[in-house]
Amino acid sequence: MADDKEEIYRQNILDHYRSPRNFKKLKKIDARAEVSNPSCGDRFDVELAIGQDGRIKDIGFSGSGCAISMAAASMLSEQVVGRKAQEVRALDRKFVLDLLGIDPGPSRLRCALLGLETVHKALEKK
Amino acid sequence: MPIGKSLRAGFPIFTEKAGLRYLDSAATSQKPASVMEAMSRYYSTSNANPRRGVYSLAQEATEEYERARGRVARFIGAKSEEIVFVRNTTEALNLLSYSMQDMLAKKKNRPVALTRMEHHSNFVPWQQAARRAGAKLAFVPFDAKKRITAGNLGKLAPRPDAPSVLAITHASNVLGTLNDIAGIVRYAHEEWECPVVVDAAQAAPHLPIDVKRLDADFLAFSSHKMLGPTGIGVLYMKEEWRERLPPFMSGGGQIANVGDRTSTWADGPAKFEAGTPDVAGALGLAAAIEYIGRTGMEKIGRHEKKLADRLRRALAGMDDVEVYGPPDGQDCIGVVSFNLAGVHGHDLSGILDRHGVAVRGGHHCAQPLMRMLGVNSTVRASFYLYNDTDDIDALLEGLDEARRIFSRL
Repeated sequence: MADDKEEIYRQNILDHYRSPRNFKKLKKIDARAEVSNPSCGDRFDVELAIGQDGRIKDIGFSGSGCAISMAAASMLSEQVVGRKAQEVRALDRKFVLDLLGIDPGPSRLRCALLGLETVHKALEKK
Repeated sequence: MPIGKSLRAGFPIFTEKAGLRYLDSAATSQKPASVMEAMSRYYSTSNANPRRGVYSLAQEATEEYERARGRVARFIGAKSEEIVFVRNTTEALNLLSYSMQDMLAKKKNRPVALTRMEHHSNFVPWQQAARRAGAKLAFVPFDAKKRITAGNLGKLAPRPDAPSVLAITHASNVLGTLNDIAGIVRYAHEEWECPVVVDAAQAAPHLPIDVKRLDADFLAFSSHKMLGPTGIGVLYMKEEWRERLPPFMSGGGQIANVGDRTSTWADGPAKFEAGTPDVAGALGLAAAIEYIGRTGMEKIGRHEKKLADRLRRALAGMDDVEVYGPPDGQDCIGVVSFNLAGVHGHDLSGILDRHGVAVRGGHHCAQPLMRMLGVNSTVRASFYLYNDTDDIDALLEGLDEARRIFSRL
């Protein structure tokens, strides 16, 4: 029990939770979406600025969530800038879990994937 | 009868899951062996489709089922004919919101009244029923202690805008506060001349209920929150309403006569019980009520209050903890909702889980209330007769660990 306790709340996860990257509103928005997790009330709003070349120029996310969902969304936000929208659409669950570096377990998987889900939904509408 | 941890031996799950600190009885309770045995015994000895066959086994099943109805009726001071078996509280409230449809539409210039303290199950059905009927919604405000008494009803709507129906919870599943249902019903009847629907899902497991004293028109609760099985619940309906309201579901077992183009309905609660009922569930619920009766409802309530007060006192001494609901625990059931500063409810309940502590973290199916409290989620500990001080100790240890983890930065 003592081991996996250290595993989930790693230093870098707590760091991203406390100081989430790209936690902001964008001025110029090319795509946006809002997704909530009905089981816990968490909600993310994602805004994207997309260049002529189809690459993500900037991302801003806002809302509230637990350490796992905030850290995952924050880490993901660092990864999407500079990538083509098409590439971002192809990012999957494994990509996010590798970024987190932990196994959140079945009850927290939805938390871990909430950010990715919101980014995907924003690009869907694009 | 003993109470607290000495009862756990009679609940198989506490043997199966050694070290379980179960503090989520407001979501669902654990079950004593006697409940499971009653259900299993029915399937082994008396199983047949009740109220249909004439053979003796079917008679036996019918008698068992009706005996369970009588047991439930005595539990809340009602007559057997006033007890409708449903699947759970949610189904009872949905049934009413549909059966009242014509009445609400006819009175659509009058609002449908509810409160922002409701569980979604007593909120969404009325929100939708008002929409279908073309009626407005009106919300009864809380007092400073986040409790509702008759005085709050006066602040809603003076006549002639009296509501067509009032739906209100007996006890809040988040705050733990008990509303003054007897006073509220009296006011609604006298000033508004409107029926009152009481959600007793959180109250029925923890305090004696007498529907005659409350004078509520409808009262709903679930078996699974009061030591009984899932899949069975109760809708108490005053006799006059059983005759006035049309059934929500129709089909087998609830008719008197079926013509090619029209049908007539059975007398009695069967009118609202279409389809083969959950007989084993009803017997399990009756066994749960007997278990509660042997322990004594007052004693259960006192025990839970003692534990909840102990937790409230411990949390009140912590600067980084906010407790929602009356800090003195006055007029409350054993439910304590709180947050630890800087730690999301999901994380806290996850960390507590490692200490074997099962608490709910989230919005508790009460989003309108969470908006009023200005939070997205809380952690909720809820007590029942098998809880004891060891559960609180484990919770407080887990809280310390969460503090340690989240202050590591």
